Amino acid sequence: MISGKGGTGKTSVVASFAALAENKVLVDCDVDAADLHLLLSPEVVESHEFMASRQATVDVSRCTGCGHCSEVCRFGAIAMAYGHPTIDPISCEGCTVCSHICPEGAITMVDVMSGHWYVSHTRFGPMVHAKLKAAEENSGKLVSQVRRKAREIAESQGHELIITDGPPGVGCPVISSISGVDLALIVTEPTVAGVHDMERVLDLTCHFGVESAVCINKCDLDEANAERIEDYCCARGIEIAGKIPFDEEMVRAVVRGEPPVLYGDGAPDCAGPDSVAGEAAQAIRQLWDRVAVLLARDAGSF
Amino acid sequence: MIVSIASGKGGTGKTTVAVNLALALEGAMPIRFLDCDVEEPNAHLFLHPEIERSEKVSLPVPVVDESKCNGCGKCARVCAFHAILAFSSRTIVLPELCHGCGGCALLCPQGAITESPKVIGEVETGRAGDIRFAHGRTGIGSPLAPPVVKAVREALDKEGLGAGLTIIDAPPGTSCPVVASIKGSDYCVLVTEPTPFGLNDLGLAVGLVRELGIPCGVVINRAGLGDEAVSAYCSREGIPVLLEIPYDRKYAECYAKGGRLVDDFPELRGALKGLWRKISASGESGAEGEDGRREMGEI
Repeated sequence: MISGKGGTGKTSVVASFAALAENKVLVDCDVDAADLHLLLSPEVVESHEFMASRQATVDVSRCTGCGHCSEVCRFGAIAMAYGHPTIDPISCEGCTVCSHICPEGAITMVDVMSGHWYVSHTRFGPMVHAKLKAAEENSGKLVSQVRRKAREIAESQGHELIITDGPPGVGCPVISSISGVDLALIVTEPTVAGVHDMERVLDLTCHFGVESAVCINKCDLDEANAERIEDYCCARGIEIAGKIPFDEEMVRAVVRGEPPVLYGDGAPDCAGPDSVAGEAAQAIRQLWDRVAVLLARDAGSF
Repeated sequence: MIVSIASGKGGTGKTTVAVNLALALEGAMPIRFLDCDVEEPNAHLFLHPEIERSEKVSLPVPVVDESKCNGCGKCARVCAFHAILAFSSRTIVLPELCHGCGGCALLCPQGAITESPKVIGEVETGRAGDIRFAHGRTGIGSPLAPPVVKAVREALDKEGLGAGLTIIDAPPGTSCPVVASIKGSDYCVLVTEPTPFGLNDLGLAVGLVRELGIPCGVVINRAGLGDEAVSAYCSREGIPVLLEIPYDRKYAECYAKGGRLVDDFPELRGALKGLWRKISASGESGAEGEDGRREMGEI
């Protein structure tokens, strides 16, 4: 599940799919602002440190203050002050060039803990998620890490489906999130920004040859933009897999910490087809039915 | 003064606040607007700038001269980003993974590596009314946002602005593109919504701005739609709530069409001017304010 633009409703849809789909593993790939846990209340069973970056440190006793390190650093991370280099940990990208160039061997690289990743139990199945520390890099690597773990769990426990809540944007963590997926579901909204960002994210999925479908959330907010989305997708041969009307129930479900599709059922664990649900919840159920068909078709083509 | 607008969570209204703040202050002071969400830039959809100049942003990536390469593999060993694969017969560069650190070219014992610019995005500059405008875009499939953000930050530097205001529209999240966008700002406005998602991501964003040492305040968008937890958090943490924009479907519809809230709703023009007064007052009372910044007057 990706969107380009943030705040279009990815997490609410993923949490709802978590409740509707069977036999799946859930992954939150929005590692710098993860929210899926707020709707699925995971119980953490494994916690791992994420060590992917390294940072330069200077041994002052060996440093002669020649300043080579500061000259070669292209990230502006090394400033010379009082004859010695100081390293700005936020700017340091861990490229190691300074450590190689230092004539005195005074710079070494140390591993940095950039965050954590977790394996959890939820009432809907296993979930893998992560938390990147603020201002850290390597979000793409952390995404790959949680996806690798999710695949391992799926294979070892016989789950057929992995549902991934992706990050906004079209950059490094998004590219990591969609590599090798069977379907990218793009959640958009009928706003000028939603349309613009959906077009960029569809360019990205096409670029990597990832099969895509679109869901229009808050579809009744602006009919003209909703039509633009439909026309655009139709012209590109992209299916509109569902349309979810604007419904304040969606917000209330988030506030209650429940997948919107279950909200209002009274007994969230046994939502049946006859449960009384709001318009948005019904639309999400239809969306899931359609996505399941697309996935089955995809699986059949192998 | 540089004011950045950030959020943690996407879709909370960063661009809405940034654009309408710029429009509310247009004419009262020189303003430059930098849209640093280079993965999904949106401010132009509301400001409709006339673009005057467009420049490519590139990164120096290695090129291996096969005739000089002896296959020693040092380049591959020093590359921290795994952007070079060395085999005894061939050295292969993976430009998408390269961060442009220059290590391989610097350290190749044979002098077999030179660097050549690879386009990773573009920056456009122009004018929207009296507002100087710049934004950037990463190339599709190009994962590296920070160098493009940096180019946007520097795009209008040559023009100079005296005592004006720079408004930075940041991307969502808390990782490197956000850092590149907001670093060095005098103040950061964090836009959130009153839901558990908004609260969770606000907490992460506050952690980031505190680490960067940037004073911050909060704008609660769609106030009244969720719960009270964000307000409670702000008062507990001693973070000022600068403005609450009430939830109203007519605001959402205006935004959806690409409309300007301050033009359609005079009450919001006043509210955004009030937001600026609070930001500038906090800049004046803050100890870090440099000289020129105190010249920012009442409007």
